[in-house]
Amino acid sequence: MKFLKTLGYLLGLPIILIAWWWIATSGEPNFFVPTPVQLFETFIETWIGDRILTDVLPSVMRLVIGLGIAIVLGIVLGLAVGLNRTVRAVTEPVFEFFRALPPPVLVPVLMLLVGINDGMKIAVIIFGCVWPVLLNTIEGVRSIDSVQTETSKSYGLSGFNRIRYQVLPSSTPTIMAGIRQSLSIGLILMVISEMFASSSGLGFTIVQFQRSFAVPEMWSGIVVLGLIGVALSFIFQWCERRVLRWYHGLKEVENAV
Amino acid sequence: MTQTIQKPAPGRVKKTVPSKGLPTWLLGLFGIIGFLGIWELMPALGLVKAKYLPPASEVLVALVGDFGLTAFWVAVGHTMLAWAIGLAVAVLTALVLGLVIGMSPFLRRATNSTIEFLRPIPSVALIPLAVLLFGVKIESSLLLIIYACFWQVLIQVLYGVADVDNVAMQTAKSYGFSYLQQIRDVIFPTMLPYLMTGIRLAASVALILAITAELIIGSDGLGKEIALAQSGGAIAGMYALIVATGLLGLAINVITRIVEKRILAWHPSVRGEVVS
Repeated sequence: MKFLKTLGYLLGLPIILIAWWWIATSGEPNFFVPTPVQLFETFIETWIGDRILTDVLPSVMRLVIGLGIAIVLGIVLGLAVGLNRTVRAVTEPVFEFFRALPPPVLVPVLMLLVGINDGMKIAVIIFGCVWPVLLNTIEGVRSIDSVQTETSKSYGLSGFNRIRYQVLPSSTPTIMAGIRQSLSIGLILMVISEMFASSSGLGFTIVQFQRSFAVPEMWSGIVVLGLIGVALSFIFQWCERRVLRWYHGLKEVENAV
Repeated sequence: MTQTIQKPAPGRVKKTVPSKGLPTWLLGLFGIIGFLGIWELMPALGLVKAKYLPPASEVLVALVGDFGLTAFWVAVGHTMLAWAIGLAVAVLTALVLGLVIGMSPFLRRATNSTIEFLRPIPSVALIPLAVLLFGVKIESSLLLIIYACFWQVLIQVLYGVADVDNVAMQTAKSYGFSYLQQIRDVIFPTMLPYLMTGIRLAASVALILAITAELIIGSDGLGKEIALAQSGGAIAGMYALIVATGLLGLAINVITRIVEKRILAWHPSVRGEVVS
Protein backbone atom coordinates (compact mmCIF):
# COMPACT_ATOMS: atom_id res chain seq x y z
CA MET A 1 0.00 0.00 0.00
CA LYS A 2 2.75 2.38 0.97
CA PHE A 3 4.67 1.40 -2.15
CA LEU A 4 1.65 2.15 -4.34
CA LYS A 5 1.27 5.54 -2.73
CA THR A 6 4.91 6.41 -3.38
CA LEU A 7 4.55 5.23 -6.96
CA GLY A 8 1.44 7.36 -7.35
CA TYR A 9 3.26 10.45 -6.14
CA LEU A 10 6.21 9.66 -8.38
CA LEU A 11 4.29 9.04 -11.59
CA GLY A 12 0.98 10.85 -11.06
CA LEU A 13 1.89 14.26 -12.37
CA PRO A 14 4.05 13.02 -15.28
CA ILE A 15 1.17 10.81 -16.44
CA ILE A 16 -1.29 13.70 -16.23
CA LEU A 17 1.08 15.94 -18.18
CA ILE A 18 1.68 13.36 -20.90
CA ALA A 19 -2.06 12.68 -21.18
CA TRP A 20 -2.68 16.40 -21.51
CA TRP A 21 0.03 16.68 -24.18
CA TRP A 22 -1.51 13.72 -26.00
CA ILE A 23 -5.02 15.15 -26.00
CA ALA A 24 -3.80 18.61 -26.98
CA THR A 25 -1.79 17.38 -29.96
CA SER A 26 -3.96 14.56 -31.25
CA GLY A 27 -6.92 16.77 -32.21
CA GLU A 28 -5.33 18.80 -34.95
CA PRO A 29 -1.77 18.09 -36.06
CA ASN A 30 0.59 20.86 -34.99
CA PHE A 31 3.70 21.40 -37.07
CA PHE A 32 5.81 22.43 -34.10
CA VAL A 33 4.74 19.82 -31.57
CA PRO A 34 4.70 16.11 -32.38
CA THR A 35 2.36 13.72 -30.56
CA PRO A 36 3.88 11.53 -27.83
CA VAL A 37 3.70 8.41 -30.02
CA GLN A 38 5.31 10.18 -32.94
CA LEU A 39 8.08 11.51 -30.71
CA PHE A 40 8.69 8.10 -29.16
CA GLU A 41 8.93 6.41 -32.56
CA THR A 42 11.23 9.10 -33.93
CA PHE A 43 13.37 8.87 -30.83
CA ILE A 44 13.92 5.14 -31.30
CA GLU A 45 14.51 5.52 -35.03
CA THR A 46 16.88 8.43 -34.71
CA TRP A 47 18.96 7.65 -31.67
CA ILE A 48 19.04 3.89 -31.18
CA GLY A 49 21.74 2.70 -33.54
CA ASP A 50 24.76 4.35 -35.10
CA ARG A 51 24.05 7.80 -33.73
CA ILE A 52 24.83 6.72 -30.19
CA LEU A 53 28.36 5.90 -31.28
CA THR A 54 28.91 8.78 -33.70
CA ASP A 55 27.19 11.65 -31.91
CA VAL A 56 26.13 10.94 -28.35
CA LEU A 57 29.17 9.08 -27.05
CA PRO A 58 31.82 11.56 -28.31
CA SER A 59 29.83 14.44 -26.84
CA VAL A 60 29.46 12.74 -23.49
CA MET A 61 33.13 11.76 -23.46
CA ARG A 62 34.20 15.35 -24.03
CA LEU A 63 31.86 16.46 -21.27
CA VAL A 64 33.17 13.88 -18.80
CA ILE A 65 36.83 14.60 -19.58
CA GLY A 66 36.32 18.36 -19.42
CA LEU A 67 34.36 18.20 -16.18
CA GLY A 68 36.84 15.81 -14.58
CA ILE A 69 39.83 18.01 -15.36
CA ALA A 70 37.95 21.15 -14.30
CA ILE A 71 36.93 19.65 -10.95
CA VAL A 72 40.43 18.37 -10.09
CA LEU A 73 42.04 21.60 -11.26
CA GLY A 74 39.51 23.71 -9.36
CA ILE A 75 40.00 21.87 -6.09
CA VAL A 76 43.81 21.75 -6.28
CA LEU A 77 44.15 25.41 -7.25
CA GLY A 78 41.44 26.37 -4.78
CA LEU A 79 43.32 24.71 -1.92
CA ALA A 80 46.58 26.35 -2.97
CA VAL A 81 45.01 29.79 -3.21
CA GLY A 82 42.62 29.47 -0.29
CA LEU A 83 45.23 28.48 2.26
CA ASN A 84 47.34 31.57 1.68
CA ARG A 85 45.76 34.89 2.51
CA THR A 86 48.07 37.00 0.35
CA VAL A 87 47.68 34.82 -2.72
CA ARG A 88 43.94 34.89 -2.17
CA ALA A 89 43.82 38.68 -2.04
CA VAL A 90 45.98 39.01 -5.15
CA THR A 91 44.04 36.56 -7.28
CA GLU A 92 40.49 37.20 -6.14
CA PRO A 93 39.51 40.10 -8.48
CA VAL A 94 40.92 38.33 -11.54
CA PHE A 95 39.15 35.10 -10.67
CA GLU A 96 35.89 36.94 -10.02
CA PHE A 97 36.17 38.51 -13.45
CA PHE A 98 36.61 35.14 -15.11
CA ARG A 99 33.69 33.73 -13.24
CA ALA A 100 31.51 36.66 -14.29
CA LEU A 101 32.48 36.15 -17.92
CA PRO A 102 29.63 34.29 -19.64
CA PRO A 103 31.38 31.00 -20.59
CA PRO A 104 29.85 30.75 -24.10
CA VAL A 105 31.85 33.78 -25.27
CA LEU A 106 34.94 31.63 -24.81
CA VAL A 107 33.92 29.47 -27.75
CA PRO A 108 34.94 32.02 -30.41
CA VAL A 109 38.16 32.79 -28.51
CA LEU A 110 39.24 29.19 -28.15
CA MET A 111 38.24 28.54 -31.74
CA LEU A 112 40.95 31.04 -32.65
CA LEU A 113 43.56 29.92 -30.14
CA VAL A 114 43.15 26.15 -30.27
CA GLY A 115 41.47 25.66 -33.63
CA ILE A 116 38.32 23.73 -34.35
CA ASN A 117 38.81 20.27 -32.86
CA ASP A 118 38.03 18.11 -29.86
CA GLY A 119 40.69 19.91 -27.84
CA MET A 120 38.85 23.18 -28.29
CA LYS A 121 35.59 21.71 -27.05
CA ILE A 122 37.23 20.16 -24.00
CA ALA A 123 39.11 23.40 -23.34
CA VAL A 124 35.85 25.36 -23.46
CA ILE A 125 34.27 22.99 -20.94
CA ILE A 126 37.29 23.15 -18.63
CA PHE A 127 37.51 26.90 -18.84
CA GLY A 128 33.84 27.37 -18.09
CA CYS A 129 33.53 24.79 -15.33
CA VAL A 130 36.68 25.44 -13.36
CA TRP A 131 35.57 28.78 -11.86
CA PRO A 132 32.61 27.68 -9.75
CA VAL A 133 34.69 24.81 -8.32
CA LEU A 134 37.75 27.00 -7.79
CA LEU A 135 35.92 29.90 -6.14
CA ASN A 136 33.78 27.63 -3.99
CA THR A 137 36.87 25.75 -2.83
CA ILE A 138 38.55 29.03 -1.89
CA GLU A 139 35.37 30.09 -0.10
CA GLY A 140 35.18 26.73 1.68
CA VAL A 141 38.79 26.90 2.81
CA ARG A 142 38.36 30.51 3.90
CA SER A 143 35.37 29.80 6.09
CA ILE A 144 36.93 26.92 8.01
CA ASP A 145 36.24 27.19 11.69
CA SER A 146 39.26 28.75 13.35
CA VAL A 147 38.79 26.69 16.50
CA GLN A 148 39.13 23.58 14.35
CA THR A 149 42.28 24.93 12.78
CA GLU A 150 43.80 25.64 16.15
CA THR A 151 42.80 22.22 17.43
CA SER A 152 44.37 20.46 14.49
CA LYS A 153 47.48 22.56 14.88
CA SER A 154 47.79 21.70 18.53
CA TYR A 155 47.48 18.04 17.60
CA GLY A 156 50.42 18.59 15.31
CA LEU A 157 48.52 18.14 12.07
CA SER A 158 50.23 20.03 9.31
CA GLY A 159 50.92 20.03 5.63
CA PHE A 160 49.30 17.25 3.69
CA ASN A 161 47.68 15.67 6.73
CA ARG A 162 45.95 18.87 7.71
CA ILE A 163 44.55 19.21 4.19
CA ARG A 164 43.46 15.59 4.16
CA TYR A 165 41.85 15.46 7.60
CA GLN A 166 40.73 18.99 8.32
CA VAL A 167 40.67 21.34 5.33
CA LEU A 168 39.15 19.05 2.72
CA PRO A 169 36.38 17.58 4.88
CA SER A 170 35.21 20.90 6.23
CA SER A 171 35.13 22.53 2.82
CA THR A 172 33.47 19.61 1.01
CA PRO A 173 29.89 20.92 1.32
CA THR A 174 30.89 24.19 -0.38
CA ILE A 175 32.98 22.37 -2.98
CA MET A 176 30.06 20.10 -3.82
CA ALA A 177 27.85 23.15 -4.32
CA GLY A 178 30.42 24.45 -6.79
CA ILE A 179 30.56 21.14 -8.63
CA ARG A 180 26.79 21.14 -8.93
CA GLN A 181 26.91 24.55 -10.62
CA SER A 182 29.69 23.46 -12.94
CA LEU A 183 27.71 20.41 -14.10
CA SER A 184 25.00 22.48 -15.72
CA ILE A 185 27.54 24.92 -17.16
CA GLY A 186 29.47 21.97 -18.61
CA LEU A 187 26.38 20.58 -20.30
CA ILE A 188 25.53 24.00 -21.75
CA LEU A 189 29.07 24.38 -23.08
CA MET A 190 29.13 20.88 -24.52
CA VAL A 191 26.08 21.71 -26.64
CA ILE A 192 27.19 25.21 -27.59
CA SER A 193 30.72 24.27 -28.61
CA GLU A 194 29.16 21.77 -31.01
CA MET A 195 26.57 24.18 -32.33
CA PHE A 196 29.26 26.59 -33.39
CA ALA A 197 31.71 24.89 -35.63
CA SER A 198 31.52 21.19 -35.81
CA SER A 199 30.59 18.32 -38.04
CA SER A 200 29.46 15.88 -35.39
CA GLY A 201 28.09 15.77 -31.89
CA LEU A 202 24.72 16.26 -30.32
CA GLY A 203 24.57 20.03 -30.64
CA PHE A 204 25.49 19.86 -34.31
CA THR A 205 22.94 17.16 -35.09
CA ILE A 206 20.10 18.98 -33.35
CA VAL A 207 20.81 22.23 -35.18
CA GLN A 208 20.99 20.23 -38.39
CA PHE A 209 17.50 18.81 -37.75
CA GLN A 210 16.15 22.26 -36.97
CA ARG A 211 17.59 23.76 -40.17
CA SER A 212 16.00 21.03 -42.26
CA PHE A 213 12.70 21.45 -40.40
CA ALA A 214 12.79 17.86 -39.18
CA VAL A 215 10.74 18.85 -36.17
CA PRO A 216 10.09 15.46 -34.50
CA GLU A 217 13.78 14.58 -34.88
CA MET A 218 14.73 17.92 -33.37
CA TRP A 219 12.46 17.27 -30.40
CA SER A 220 13.95 13.82 -29.95
CA GLY A 221 17.39 15.46 -29.80
CA ILE A 222 16.14 17.81 -27.10
CA VAL A 223 14.91 14.74 -25.22
CA VAL A 224 18.39 13.17 -25.48
CA LEU A 225 19.96 16.31 -23.99
CA GLY A 226 17.34 16.27 -21.27
CA LEU A 227 18.08 12.64 -20.46
CA ILE A 228 21.82 13.38 -20.25
CA GLY A 229 21.07 16.28 -17.92
CA VAL A 230 18.87 14.15 -15.72
CA ALA A 231 21.42 11.31 -15.66
CA LEU A 232 24.21 13.71 -14.68
CA SER A 233 22.12 15.15 -11.90
CA PHE A 234 21.24 11.70 -10.53
CA ILE A 235 24.88 10.58 -10.62
CA PHE A 236 25.86 13.76 -8.85
CA GLN A 237 23.19 13.37 -6.19
CA TRP A 238 24.33 9.82 -5.56
CA CYS A 239 27.96 10.92 -5.21
CA GLU A 240 26.99 13.86 -3.03
CA ARG A 241 25.03 11.63 -0.67
CA ARG A 242 28.03 9.36 -0.26
CA VAL A 243 30.60 12.11 0.08
CA LEU A 244 28.50 14.23 2.41
CA ARG A 245 26.85 11.44 4.40
CA TRP A 246 28.50 12.61 7.61
CA TYR A 247 27.40 16.18 6.90
CA HIS A 248 23.75 15.37 6.29
CA GLY A 249 23.80 13.21 9.41
CA LEU A 250 25.20 16.13 11.35
CA LYS A 251 22.50 18.45 10.02
CA GLU A 252 19.77 16.01 10.97
CA VAL A 253 21.09 15.88 14.50
CA GLU A 254 21.20 19.67 14.66
CA ASN A 255 17.68 19.94 13.27
CA ALA A 256 16.34 17.45 15.76
CA VAL A 257 17.46 19.57 18.70
CA MET B 1 16.66 27.14 12.01
CA THR B 2 20.07 25.81 12.83
CA GLN B 3 21.53 29.29 12.71
CA THR B 4 23.25 29.94 15.95
CA ILE B 5 24.20 33.50 16.47
CA GLN B 6 27.87 33.29 17.17
CA LYS B 7 29.69 35.81 19.20
CA PRO B 8 33.01 36.19 17.46
CA ALA B 9 35.92 35.17 19.57
CA PRO B 10 38.15 38.20 20.10
CA GLY B 11 41.04 36.58 18.29
CA ARG B 12 38.92 35.85 15.27
CA VAL B 13 38.04 39.42 14.38
CA LYS B 14 41.63 40.51 14.37
CA LYS B 15 42.66 37.63 12.20
CA THR B 16 40.38 38.42 9.30
CA VAL B 17 41.51 42.01 9.09
CA PRO B 18 44.73 41.84 7.13
CA SER B 19 46.50 43.98 9.65
CA LYS B 20 50.00 43.07 8.61
CA GLY B 21 51.13 43.89 5.13
CA LEU B 22 49.13 45.60 2.44
CA PRO B 23 45.39 46.18 2.33
CA THR B 24 43.31 43.65 0.38
CA TRP B 25 42.22 45.99 -2.37
CA LEU B 26 45.83 46.93 -3.14
CA LEU B 27 46.81 43.26 -3.38
CA GLY B 28 43.81 42.73 -5.67
CA LEU B 29 44.96 45.62 -7.82
CA PHE B 30 48.43 44.03 -8.05
CA GLY B 31 46.70 40.86 -9.19
CA ILE B 32 44.85 42.65 -11.96
CA ILE B 33 47.98 44.50 -13.09
CA GLY B 34 49.94 41.26 -13.02
CA PHE B 35 47.30 39.51 -15.08
CA LEU B 36 47.24 42.29 -17.67
CA GLY B 37 51.05 42.21 -17.71
CA ILE B 38 51.14 38.50 -18.48
CA TRP B 39 48.52 38.98 -21.17
CA GLU B 40 50.58 41.84 -22.66
CA LEU B 41 53.74 39.73 -22.68
CA MET B 42 52.27 36.53 -24.14
CA PRO B 43 51.97 37.75 -27.73
CA ALA B 44 55.10 39.91 -27.37
CA LEU B 45 57.22 36.90 -26.44
CA GLY B 46 55.68 34.87 -29.22
CA LEU B 47 53.94 32.37 -26.94
CA VAL B 48 50.70 33.03 -28.78
CA LYS B 49 50.33 34.62 -32.19
CA ALA B 50 49.38 38.28 -31.85
CA LYS B 51 46.90 37.65 -34.64
CA TYR B 52 44.93 35.36 -32.33
CA LEU B 53 45.55 37.04 -28.99
CA PRO B 54 46.27 40.75 -29.34
CA PRO B 55 48.17 42.33 -26.42
CA ALA B 56 46.10 43.64 -23.52
CA SER B 57 46.90 47.27 -24.35
CA GLU B 58 45.42 46.95 -27.83
CA VAL B 59 42.25 45.30 -26.49
CA LEU B 60 41.83 47.91 -23.77
CA VAL B 61 42.16 50.71 -26.31
CA ALA B 62 39.47 49.03 -28.42
CA LEU B 63 37.29 48.69 -25.31
CA VAL B 64 37.62 52.37 -24.46
CA GLY B 65 36.81 53.13 -28.10
CA ASP B 66 33.67 51.00 -27.79
CA PHE B 67 32.55 53.03 -24.79
CA GLY B 68 32.31 56.05 -27.09
CA LEU B 69 30.12 54.32 -29.66
CA THR B 70 26.34 54.51 -29.64
CA ALA B 71 26.10 51.10 -31.33
CA PHE B 72 27.91 49.52 -28.38
CA TRP B 73 25.47 50.95 -25.85
CA VAL B 74 22.52 49.96 -28.03
CA ALA B 75 23.83 46.38 -28.01
CA VAL B 76 24.28 46.53 -24.22
CA GLY B 77 20.74 47.87 -23.98
CA HIS B 78 19.34 44.96 -26.00
CA THR B 79 21.18 42.43 -23.86
CA MET B 80 20.10 44.04 -20.60
CA LEU B 81 16.49 44.33 -21.74
CA ALA B 82 16.28 40.59 -22.43
CA TRP B 83 18.08 39.97 -19.13
CA ALA B 84 15.72 42.14 -17.10
CA ILE B 85 12.45 40.91 -18.63
CA GLY B 86 13.50 37.27 -18.51
CA LEU B 87 14.71 37.48 -14.94
CA ALA B 88 11.61 39.32 -13.75
CA VAL B 89 9.19 36.88 -15.35
CA ALA B 90 11.13 33.87 -14.06
CA VAL B 91 11.37 35.21 -10.51
CA LEU B 92 7.68 36.15 -10.29
CA THR B 93 6.33 32.88 -11.66
CA ALA B 94 8.79 30.81 -9.62
CA LEU B 95 7.95 32.72 -6.44
CA VAL B 96 4.19 32.27 -6.83
CA LEU B 97 4.38 28.62 -7.88
CA GLY B 98 7.01 27.90 -5.23
CA LEU B 99 4.78 29.26 -2.49
CA VAL B 100 1.74 27.34 -3.71
CA ILE B 101 3.65 24.07 -4.06
CA GLY B 102 5.78 24.55 -0.96
CA MET B 103 2.88 25.22 1.38
CA SER B 104 1.05 22.03 0.47
CA PRO B 105 2.75 18.77 1.48
CA PHE B 106 0.62 16.95 -1.08
CA LEU B 107 1.69 19.16 -3.98
CA ARG B 108 5.31 19.02 -2.85
CA ARG B 109 5.36 15.25 -3.02
CA ALA B 110 3.36 15.09 -6.23
CA THR B 111 5.50 17.58 -8.14
CA ASN B 112 8.87 16.38 -6.88
CA SER B 113 9.59 13.84 -9.61
CA THR B 114 8.51 16.21 -12.39
CA ILE B 115 10.64 19.06 -11.05
CA GLU B 116 13.67 16.85 -10.57
CA PHE B 117 13.25 15.65 -14.14
CA LEU B 118 12.70 19.01 -15.84
CA ARG B 119 15.26 20.99 -13.86
CA PRO B 120 18.47 19.49 -15.22
CA ILE B 121 17.40 19.80 -18.86
CA PRO B 122 19.89 22.30 -20.26
CA SER B 123 18.09 25.37 -21.53
CA VAL B 124 20.37 25.57 -24.57
CA ALA B 125 18.63 22.40 -25.73
CA LEU B 126 15.70 24.71 -26.42
CA ILE B 127 17.71 26.85 -28.84
CA PRO B 128 16.47 25.02 -31.97
CA LEU B 129 12.89 25.27 -30.73
CA ALA B 130 13.28 28.97 -29.99
CA VAL B 131 14.66 29.56 -33.48
CA LEU B 132 11.75 27.72 -35.07
CA LEU B 133 9.14 29.49 -32.99
CA PHE B 134 10.46 33.04 -32.79
CA GLY B 135 13.41 33.41 -35.15
CA VAL B 136 15.97 36.06 -34.22
CA LYS B 137 13.63 38.10 -32.05
CA ILE B 138 14.00 38.85 -28.35
CA GLU B 139 11.38 36.18 -27.56
CA SER B 140 13.96 33.52 -28.38
CA SER B 141 16.31 34.86 -25.73
CA LEU B 142 13.44 35.19 -23.28
CA LEU B 143 12.37 31.57 -23.71
CA LEU B 144 15.87 30.36 -22.80
CA ILE B 145 16.38 32.84 -19.97
CA ILE B 146 13.02 32.19 -18.34
CA TYR B 147 13.38 28.42 -18.55
CA ALA B 148 16.85 28.44 -16.99
CA CYS B 149 16.14 30.99 -14.26
CA PHE B 150 12.75 29.61 -13.29
CA TRP B 151 14.23 26.40 -11.81
CA GLN B 152 17.00 28.24 -10.00
CA VAL B 153 14.49 30.38 -8.14
CA LEU B 154 11.80 27.71 -7.71
CA ILE B 155 14.17 25.29 -5.97
CA GLN B 156 15.38 27.98 -3.59
CA VAL B 157 11.81 29.04 -2.76
CA LEU B 158 10.87 25.40 -2.08
CA TYR B 159 13.89 24.99 0.22
CA GLY B 160 12.98 28.24 1.92
CA VAL B 161 9.37 27.24 2.57
CA ALA B 162 10.51 23.83 3.81
CA ASP B 163 12.82 25.55 6.27
CA VAL B 164 9.97 27.39 8.04
CA ASP B 165 9.96 26.61 11.73
CA ASN B 166 7.19 24.19 12.61
CA VAL B 167 6.46 25.77 15.98
CA ALA B 168 6.18 29.22 14.43
CA MET B 169 3.81 27.89 11.80
CA GLN B 170 1.64 26.10 14.36
CA THR B 171 1.57 29.24 16.49
CA ALA B 172 0.48 31.33 13.53
CA LYS B 173 -2.22 28.83 12.71
CA SER B 174 -3.54 28.68 16.27
CA TYR B 175 -3.66 32.49 16.31
CA GLY B 176 -5.97 32.16 13.30
CA PHE B 177 -3.64 33.76 10.74
CA SER B 178 -5.13 33.79 7.27
CA TYR B 179 -3.29 32.22 4.32
CA LEU B 180 -1.89 35.60 3.27
CA GLN B 181 -0.86 36.50 6.80
CA GLN B 182 0.94 33.18 7.14
CA ILE B 183 2.85 33.91 3.97
CA ARG B 184 3.67 37.48 4.90
CA ASP B 185 4.60 37.07 8.54
CA VAL B 186 5.89 33.53 8.91
CA ILE B 187 7.00 32.12 5.59
CA PHE B 188 8.36 35.18 3.87
CA PRO B 189 11.00 36.12 6.48
CA THR B 190 12.35 32.56 6.54
CA MET B 191 12.23 32.20 2.79
CA LEU B 192 13.77 35.56 1.91
CA PRO B 193 17.46 34.55 2.24
CA TYR B 194 16.80 31.52 0.03
CA LEU B 195 14.90 33.65 -2.46
CA MET B 196 17.75 36.15 -2.62
CA THR B 197 20.26 33.38 -3.24
CA GLY B 198 18.03 32.12 -6.04
CA ILE B 199 17.77 35.58 -7.58
CA ARG B 200 21.52 36.13 -7.31
CA LEU B 201 22.25 32.85 -9.10
CA ALA B 202 19.50 33.45 -11.65
CA ALA B 203 20.82 36.94 -12.42
CA SER B 204 24.14 35.58 -13.67
CA VAL B 205 22.51 32.61 -15.41
CA ALA B 206 20.19 35.05 -17.21
CA LEU B 207 23.18 37.00 -18.52
CA ILE B 208 24.90 33.81 -19.71
CA LEU B 209 21.81 32.78 -21.65
CA ALA B 210 21.12 36.24 -23.02
CA ILE B 211 24.66 36.36 -24.44
CA THR B 212 24.44 32.74 -25.64
CA ALA B 213 21.17 33.33 -27.46
CA GLU B 214 22.62 36.38 -29.19
CA LEU B 215 25.82 34.56 -30.05
CA ILE B 216 24.16 31.51 -31.56
CA ILE B 217 20.70 32.58 -32.66
CA GLY B 218 21.78 36.07 -33.64
CA SER B 219 19.22 38.21 -31.84
CA ASP B 220 20.40 41.77 -31.22
CA GLY B 221 22.86 42.39 -28.40
CA LEU B 222 26.46 42.01 -27.27
CA GLY B 223 26.63 38.32 -28.19
CA LYS B 224 25.70 39.07 -31.78
CA GLU B 225 28.36 41.79 -31.90
CA ILE B 226 30.95 39.29 -30.69
CA ALA B 227 29.96 36.83 -33.41
CA LEU B 228 30.09 39.61 -36.00
CA ALA B 229 33.50 40.82 -34.83
CA GLN B 230 34.85 37.29 -34.96
CA SER B 231 33.58 36.49 -38.42
CA GLY B 232 34.71 39.92 -39.60
CA GLY B 233 38.25 39.32 -38.36
CA ALA B 234 38.18 42.26 -35.93
CA ILE B 235 40.00 40.24 -33.30
CA ALA B 236 40.92 43.06 -30.92
CA GLY B 237 37.34 44.29 -31.16
CA MET B 238 36.08 40.80 -30.33
CA TYR B 239 38.27 40.60 -27.23
CA ALA B 240 37.13 44.08 -26.21
CA LEU B 241 33.50 43.01 -26.41
CA ILE B 242 34.25 39.84 -24.44
CA VAL B 243 35.92 41.89 -21.71
CA ALA B 244 32.83 44.13 -21.78
CA THR B 245 30.53 41.13 -21.16
CA GLY B 246 32.79 40.09 -18.28
CA LEU B 247 32.53 43.57 -16.78
CA LEU B 248 28.76 43.44 -17.21
CA GLY B 249 28.65 40.10 -15.42
CA LEU B 250 30.85 41.49 -12.66
CA ALA B 251 28.57 44.51 -12.27
CA ILE B 252 25.52 42.24 -11.99
CA ASN B 253 27.26 40.12 -9.35
CA VAL B 254 28.32 43.11 -7.30
CA ILE B 255 24.91 44.78 -7.48
CA THR B 256 22.97 41.65 -6.54
CA ARG B 257 25.35 41.08 -3.62
CA ILE B 258 24.84 44.62 -2.36
CA VAL B 259 21.06 44.37 -2.73
CA GLU B 260 21.11 41.01 -0.96
CA LYS B 261 23.10 42.44 1.92
CA ARG B 262 20.81 45.45 2.22
CA ILE B 263 17.62 43.41 2.17
CA LEU B 264 18.96 40.78 4.55
CA ALA B 265 20.76 43.16 6.91
CA TRP B 266 18.64 41.81 9.77
CA HIS B 267 19.46 38.17 9.04
CA PRO B 268 22.05 36.29 11.16
CA SER B 269 23.91 35.02 8.11
CA VAL B 270 24.59 38.56 6.93
CA ARG B 271 25.13 39.98 10.38
CA GLY B 272 27.75 37.28 10.82
CA GLU B 273 29.41 38.21 7.57
CA VAL B 274 29.80 41.80 8.62
CA VAL B 275 31.73 40.69 11.66
CA SER B 276 34.03 38.12 10.15
